[in-house]
Amino acid sequence: MINLLTNNWSEFISGFGWTLLSSVLALFFSLIIGSLFAIFEVVPNKAVRIIGNIYVEVFRNIPLLVITMFFYLVIPLYITKINGFTAGTIGLTIYTSAFIAETVRAGINSVDVGQMEAARSQGMTFWQAMRYIVLPQAFKYVIPPLGNQFVNLVKNSSVLAFVAGFDLMYQGNAIASQTFETVNTYIIVGLFYLVITLPISYYMQHLERKLA
Amino acid sequence: MQNWINAYSWINIRFLLQGLWITILISVISVILSFIIGSVLGIIRYSKIPYFSKIIGFIIDVIRNLPLLLIIFFVYFGLPAFGFKPDTIPAAILAMTVFESMMIAEIIRSGIMAVDIGQMEAARAMGMKMPQAMWHVVLPQAYKKMIPAMVSQFISLIKDTSLATIIVVPELMQHGQVVYGQDPNYIIPVFVAMAIMYFIVCYALSLLSKFIDRRMA
Repeated sequence: MINLLTNNWSEFISGFGWTLLSSVLALFFSLIIGSLFAIFEVVPNKAVRIIGNIYVEVFRNIPLLVITMFFYLVIPLYITKINGFTAGTIGLTIYTSAFIAETVRAGINSVDVGQMEAARSQGMTFWQAMRYIVLPQAFKYVIPPLGNQFVNLVKNSSVLAFVAGFDLMYQGNAIASQTFETVNTYIIVGLFYLVITLPISYYMQHLERKLA
Repeated sequence: MQNWINAYSWINIRFLLQGLWITILISVISVILSFIIGSVLGIIRYSKIPYFSKIIGFIIDVIRNLPLLLIIFFVYFGLPAFGFKPDTIPAAILAMTVFESMMIAEIIRSGIMAVDIGQMEAARAMGMKMPQAMWHVVLPQAYKKMIPAMVSQFISLIKDTSLATIIVVPELMQHGQVVYGQDPNYIIPVFVAMAIMYFIVCYALSLLSKFIDRRMA
């Protein structure tokens, strides 16, 4: 197994890098989009609330693979050439943003409504109160579930293998089919995933226990 | 131009529905198996048997933190090296069950922990043994508390069966690929149809969970 690892070190590491890059990019963008739709779900305007709700429910209830393959196949038909990595990251972003919207909305709801009312009574607009008063408090509650979302994101980034996204899973398959050492290759791939996911999920359990 | 009318011919729709049926079949079998295995593992982890619970807990954490896709590959391409070569559908069920059991074990454990410790103590004080108290007093209350988490886990299980398309399990996603493989003008209609089918099943389940939750509360 050591030989397998050292002989294919550069492939494993490049796969690891692409997996990490895709997860971090998707996390960054889905945090922005997710928070936006979370706010949509709590604004006073009913039409906006419905839009937020539809976005969240639709993308939470459709498999990530369907979303990813859709972008991978449809964007080249009408818009522009797209590589697997980009299509995969777009798919991951949209899928994760729906889950993050739910998480952030729960966080916003856990902030006492008096905070918003007090801020409004001080003359702040809804958006100012959201930005300066409610969201900073909400994010404290939201950090452990967001960490778990990141763990899911890293695991989900394996769908990039479907669209030739050069991620860890893709590289693992390539190595497995070249060397015929299927079992050992998948064990190494698994260890690479665990290096990212296990520490984060243990740390989030620790944070959850501290907040509770 | 996308050809919606031909894409939605009855033959294609029926083929997609057959895929949906396999998707549901795999999900239901896997969830029943994982519920049983997950309950046992969750109780073992909760009951803090020296060493044994720690080892089980570590295995749960490791498998939970791996991508399901990797487990599917491992079962389908890795197990034959040990002389066991499952067919595609059993391989998918096996992989899903291994992964979901660990997820459900964690849900069960936190469900048991959410039941007031006084319930267990009271039952023990009445002369019940630990397994009796668990079975008759703690578990019924715990299962009630974890219905929402369990249903959302089942929803992700249904969505995750789409990953099994990589080992050519004839489920919805794979049948979709077969249909749009005939003609690039079918791509958008087929994706819309697949999305609607997955959405209806998953959304109905999430409504059901909300409904049960409200009636229980």
